[in-house]
Amino acid sequence: MSVLVYAEHDNASLKAATLNVVAAAQKIGGEITILVAGSGCGAVAQQAAKVAGVAKVLVADNAAYAHQLAENVSALVAEVGKGYKHILAAATTTGKNFLPRAAALLDVQMISEISGVVNATTFQRPIYAGNAIATVESAQAINVLTVRGTAFDPAAAEGGSAAIENLSTATDAGVSSFVGEEIAKSDRPELTAAKIVISGGRGMQNGDNFSMLYKVADKLGAAVGASRAAVDAGFVPNDMQVGQTGKIVAPELYVAVGISGAIQHLAGMKDSKVIVAINKDEEAPIFQVADYGLVADLFQAVPELEKLV
Amino acid sequence: MKVLVAVKRVVDANVKVRVAADNRGVDLTNVKMAMNPFCEIAVEEAVRLKEKGVATEILVVAVGPKEAQEQIRTALALGADRGILVEAADAQPLAIAKILKAIVDQEKPGLVITGKQSIDGDNNQVGQMLAALTGMGQGTFASEVNVADGKVKVTREIDGGLQTVELKLPALVSTDLRLNEPRYASLPNIMKAKKKPLDIKAPADFGVDVAPRVKTVKVEAPAARKAGIKVKTVEELVAKLKNEAKVIQ
Repeated sequence: MSVLVYAEHDNASLKAATLNVVAAAQKIGGEITILVAGSGCGAVAQQAAKVAGVAKVLVADNAAYAHQLAENVSALVAEVGKGYKHILAAATTTGKNFLPRAAALLDVQMISEISGVVNATTFQRPIYAGNAIATVESAQAINVLTVRGTAFDPAAAEGGSAAIENLSTATDAGVSSFVGEEIAKSDRPELTAAKIVISGGRGMQNGDNFSMLYKVADKLGAAVGASRAAVDAGFVPNDMQVGQTGKIVAPELYVAVGISGAIQHLAGMKDSKVIVAINKDEEAPIFQVADYGLVADLFQAVPELEKLV
Repeated sequence: MKVLVAVKRVVDANVKVRVAADNRGVDLTNVKMAMNPFCEIAVEEAVRLKEKGVATEILVVAVGPKEAQEQIRTALALGADRGILVEAADAQPLAIAKILKAIVDQEKPGLVITGKQSIDGDNNQVGQMLAALTGMGQGTFASEVNVADGKVKVTREIDGGLQTVELKLPALVSTDLRLNEPRYASLPNIMKAKKKPLDIKAPADFGVDVAPRVKTVKVEAPAARKAGIKVKTVEELVAKLKNEAKVIQ
């Protein structure tokens, strides 16, 4: 039994999402190897080697992997992954992009976004926007899986001392190239890692009004999210979307402000420990999942909340 | 340039599905079905490319049950030129990708557009798998697509923001929510769509085995949240969060 975990990183540091994947790998059992593919990613490999429970770190350091282009990374993963029983990656936009491609190259039916490990060949995963949980079993020689981070408590970032091995493999499929990116800069915690998340919906009326949420968030050390309606209306950028097709969050506290609670939004936040809903429409479906509901005008309630926390 | 669009018949996005009593799946008896929302966006993008003169023909393909003809007809009413239905209920993503690969080999489209995921299985796999099998570059989760000079530039929605990649044609694009706003089909176009060609095929015609590789053992409802309470004021809310839930200090 052996598990290959694909490291999520930005060439400078290992992303926390990788620790959740290592935790899922530990539940599967067997020797864990982390694969770091990037460019100038030596520091990431060092960090990966320290993760508790990891036996080996493989490093593919090449310009072809600098931007995680799926065409290049999937070829590498399919090649390296042949020797493993399981290949795992985080269910982030990186993992979702390249891993199905790698699975197809290996002729494996991938299992997306597992939320539970029953045993080494049986997994649980949400379907229909989380309205049902499927238990699925695979008899394939290799199991290729993305892992829903919120479903697994992270492995310890320190405590391991894995051997680092450099790979000379370099594949540039030559069909794609990186043009550029716009990465949102924020001093607030990442949505998927934050202990408190405050999200706004259509009820916020415009992007400027989100400043009310930022003020509360800064007092609480919270991240700020949004419903699809708020993103579609152009109030805030896409990286803030929480929901079935956006980010999946499960913080200690989730505060939904002016969000009606469509099925697709609930899919992204209903595993939060405590849910608060502030909405002036007392019939809003969000109240059905809220631990604490406040029927109020958000334009009065939110500034008041800011003063009291 | 020919554009191939893949569409899927799924439960309507507004339906709250329930797990079937025998725990073998979800109960779809008398439930409204529709084209997967991301596939509607894929069709719309293809139609816009045709309106711009970039696409010359739009071929729409569905792998699904016999009834998926309805979704192909919808795509034809929206502006696609012809359709192919490959009849296979419950085919898994890898098998669907293999069928589409065989069709790509025959039809040689310059661009393939799929939805990024279907809202039933939530797999998010077919586009990437098809790109792998055909060797195409992939622009997944697209919010902007520009075709020019034998290349396509795709802006992708990623966790941290937006990324732009350039792909050689033929290439694959999978749509995210903000790529466009799909139009509605007009009544005359719905009537015209009935006369557009629609071929019915079987997986065997393409030599693809659709037997499931992954077996569903059971399907259950998620753990229900226990009913919460309504608070009357912001003070009461903050007090509850501090003293009862203990999630803020």
